[in-house]
Amino acid sequence: MNLVREIDFGTPASKSEKLVTLTIDGREITVPEGTSIMRAAMEAGIEVPKLCASDMMEAFGSCRLCLVEIEGRAGMPASCTTPVAAGISVSTQTQRLKDVRRGVMELYISDHPLDCLTCAANGDCELQDMAGAVGLRDVRYGYDGANHVKARNNGEINRQWAPKDESNPYFTFDPSKCIVCSRCVRACEEVQGTFALTISGRGFDSHVSAGMNEDFVSSECVSCGACVQACPTATLTEKSVIEIGQPEHSVVTTCAYCGVGCSFKAEMRGEELVRMVPWKDGQANRGHSCVKGRFAYGYSNHKDRILNPMIREKITDPWREVTWEEAFAHVASEFRRIQYQYGRDSVGGITSSRCTNEETYLVQKLVRAGFGNNNVDTCARVCHSPTGYGLNQTFGTSAGTQNFDSVEHTDVAIIIGANPTDGHPVFASRLKKRLREGAKLIVIDPRRIDLVRSAHVEASYHLPLKPGTNVAILTAMAHVIVTEGLANEAFIRERCDWSEYEDWAAFVAEPYHSPEATEVYTGVPAELVRGAARLYATDGNGAIYYGLGVTEHSQGSTTVMAIANLAMVTGNIGRPGVGVNPLRGQNNVQGSCDMGSFPHELPGYRHISDDATRETFEKLWGVTLNNEPGLRIPNMLDAAVDGTFKGIYIQGEDILQSDPDTKHVAAGLAAMECVVVQDLFLNETANYAHVFLPGSTFLEKDGTFTNAERRINRVRRVMRPKNGYADWEVTQKLAQAMGLSWNYGHPSEIMDEIAATTPTFAMVSYDYLDKMGSVQWPCNEKAPLGSPIMHVDGFVRGKGKFIRTEYVATDEKSGPRFPLLLTTGRILSHYNVGAQTRRTENVVWHPEDRLEIHPHDAEQRGIRDGDWVRLASRSGETTLRALITDRVAPGVVYTTFHHPSTQANVITTDFSDWATNCPEYKVTAVQVTPSNGPSDWQRDYDEQARQSRRIAGKLEAAE
Amino acid sequence: MSENTNAKLIYMANQIATFFQSQPAQEAAQGVATHINKYWERRMRRKLFEHIEAGGEGLNPLVIEAAAKIRKPEAA
Repeated sequence: MNLVREIDFGTPASKSEKLVTLTIDGREITVPEGTSIMRAAMEAGIEVPKLCASDMMEAFGSCRLCLVEIEGRAGMPASCTTPVAAGISVSTQTQRLKDVRRGVMELYISDHPLDCLTCAANGDCELQDMAGAVGLRDVRYGYDGANHVKARNNGEINRQWAPKDESNPYFTFDPSKCIVCSRCVRACEEVQGTFALTISGRGFDSHVSAGMNEDFVSSECVSCGACVQACPTATLTEKSVIEIGQPEHSVVTTCAYCGVGCSFKAEMRGEELVRMVPWKDGQANRGHSCVKGRFAYGYSNHKDRILNPMIREKITDPWREVTWEEAFAHVASEFRRIQYQYGRDSVGGITSSRCTNEETYLVQKLVRAGFGNNNVDTCARVCHSPTGYGLNQTFGTSAGTQNFDSVEHTDVAIIIGANPTDGHPVFASRLKKRLREGAKLIVIDPRRIDLVRSAHVEASYHLPLKPGTNVAILTAMAHVIVTEGLANEAFIRERCDWSEYEDWAAFVAEPYHSPEATEVYTGVPAELVRGAARLYATDGNGAIYYGLGVTEHSQGSTTVMAIANLAMVTGNIGRPGVGVNPLRGQNNVQGSCDMGSFPHELPGYRHISDDATRETFEKLWGVTLNNEPGLRIPNMLDAAVDGTFKGIYIQGEDILQSDPDTKHVAAGLAAMECVVVQDLFLNETANYAHVFLPGSTFLEKDGTFTNAERRINRVRRVMRPKNGYADWEVTQKLAQAMGLSWNYGHPSEIMDEIAATTPTFAMVSYDYLDKMGSVQWPCNEKAPLGSPIMHVDGFVRGKGKFIRTEYVATDEKSGPRFPLLLTTGRILSHYNVGAQTRRTENVVWHPEDRLEIHPHDAEQRGIRDGDWVRLASRSGETTLRALITDRVAPGVVYTTFHHPSTQANVITTDFSDWATNCPEYKVTAVQVTPSNGPSDWQRDYDEQARQSRRIAGKLEAAE
Repeated sequence: MSENTNAKLIYMANQIATFFQSQPAQEAAQGVATHINKYWERRMRRKLFEHIEAGGEGLNPLVIEAAAKIRKPEAA
């Protein structure tokens, strides 16, 4: 195995379709117009020396190393900033160029330390490479003059020198090694879009500055790593490289955090992971990353990780370590006993949106073929199940319509109920890039998210609606579009059912849907709604991106339909730059839905009552499948409380922390006789488990994840599972213990079975993925290259279906006892319940969950910034510290749910989406009062959690 | 406890009815029935029928209208 080397062409590719032919060093080459001479040369296999150029950003022309000579032109232009022209003849190597380059290099090295042998970049230093390339043999200037290298010059303090900044937990900044090429500054601007870095001073005083000459961790830096990747020297270096050394081989794999699904090179030394570097050919991320995927993988060898299976009779007992065989035999006999005693439907399973497609497929297969029922569900229940339902009803597919590249063609983006700069940072960077190019932005969110106004980004409209009124706002926008004659009737007549459209148009045109009428309860001034609707309908390609702020409501499914209606009425479907784009939370939440994790459908979204589909699987699996839908997660918990559901197998999900109304979840789990948790850590749910099966990380197994754009990406094993088995092997062995004759030798065989049974996956195989890099489903005979954009020539269901969307106020209402509305979200540095990110250095940025409260509401209650406050709802109460900010409107408070000690879901209620039971996380009526510290419930919970994590013969496991 | 889950089922059925009530009248009852047939497990449907047979207190009339079209599970 070797390191995956990526060619740096020096400048970005030109998008021009016009071709130009020129000669470089006597070789004729044809490239698109607008290509730089540097890039054209590289494409011809000629590497012009360079330091400040990288194809991740625009040419800059500062290092003066890439000079070339052009026949008939004077001087030596920089090849990075000089575009090709037809018929020119370029020389990249002449005596004059050699002399000048050597002179430039000599100047660089005269202000650079010569500790190459002990330098962390040794083996990966472009400065060293270029010194070699230009044949630098001597530095005539000596090293005694003005410099940035030495702390002291002749005993005097050297004011040009600055110490290493080691404040960031993942990388160091050593200004003494900086050559001021500006690559880091430009990466921060152009790739990440944060503008945290700048060049401060001029001439010889120039130096890179984070924020206002702050250290990195105190600046606006979001630790995405783009600058570290861009740095040609050891100035910005991963601490892991400093500690371990340079990697010797690398493997391309897929990040296991959010639904963007970034491709990374896992750079290895033996089985030790040296660093994760975003892969330029990754079609979701195009070489970019965020702090989580790039750096936050330390959880994989955290001391809390459980590596041996464990059993206990009662949840009050300490855990007892057992062999795998004992664990499997125990689970098999318990599940058989429970089914014998309480009936076949008394057990079920939960598949993980964190695990691979293949693992998810096996868990649902175990439930359907092994348990003999359809009681299988997945975490998507609590996040994007309304997306599946709503888009299936209107368009005919349970998935987003675009690829991420599509944003490059968007003219107006609507972001509703999503906070991409925190939740989907790499997509946010791509969106911000487009916004800087002039696209317009509409934000619909109760909170002033960063995208409303941040560096070089400003939304044209921010509609700060009251939580729970999404349907009212979107229907009011439809009202404006229909009544002001902005509907795209040609599109609708061609693609949609016209009579359904007429019915819908008459419905939304009713005066009570107007922005003026709905303003009373949405809280959004009518003029803003009208302006936003007009902009979306008339200003070119309109794309809607949405997140859990849409789905996690009692009208979540209705809101998804309202979004689909808006896209159809404006004709914004079926081409690049438009569409309906759910931003998926978990790495494989799309995949887990695709793989038949829902109790009512088999892989490929085919209803369990469909005889032909069942027959396909029955033949292959040799069983008779139940044709009745099974229980969803909340229904399982209700049935458990009722005493008819007694056993559950949970793979990679922490329902006690992530699901709403914690007390109800706890009661449901406590009522079961065999709870089996398979996870990396003793998570919160494991407090109620009888069997713990250790899980493996994404670094330890082969498989695939499917991201938010339906892209099937390979996950590749780079080390052996520390627990002994990959998760798919654990499920297989459990199935074998239950008498099923499974015999998969490799996850590729599972994918072959998926492809053989699921028409939208027909052409997918590991060989094909290796060849293509990745594909977006549907990928079959009709679309052998996959489907970047859906509904191109017509909707999957035939005609697009307009559905009336009547606003119904949630029953979770604020009143005298609970006057504020709580809404929840996440933060950049943490992920979901934080099980992984809390076990990394990411805690530097977000050590605790805080309650955001408006200054007006805080003052009324005598709350100061940083005070402990009690947060109470009808369901329960907790305490946390207040953060006073006007990002939230008066009457609204906000918190994250990354830390188990906060337990924000003690507060959330069990109201849920009418169609899918997706919980209403985003609206809870609460009261906030000053407090002295943790609530009784928090104290009891901590004690119970501590007790339940005891392992016999071991010191107490520390959280 | 079972009282509590019954109340939840009634609430869920009524939520579904509320959505379909806003749809064209001729599709409303069928919409409720199809939805419950597609997504409700047998135990849930059985409880719903038990409640309807006991008078259906608290249920949206559209749910009761739809009941004729909901698949009735065999007794437990």
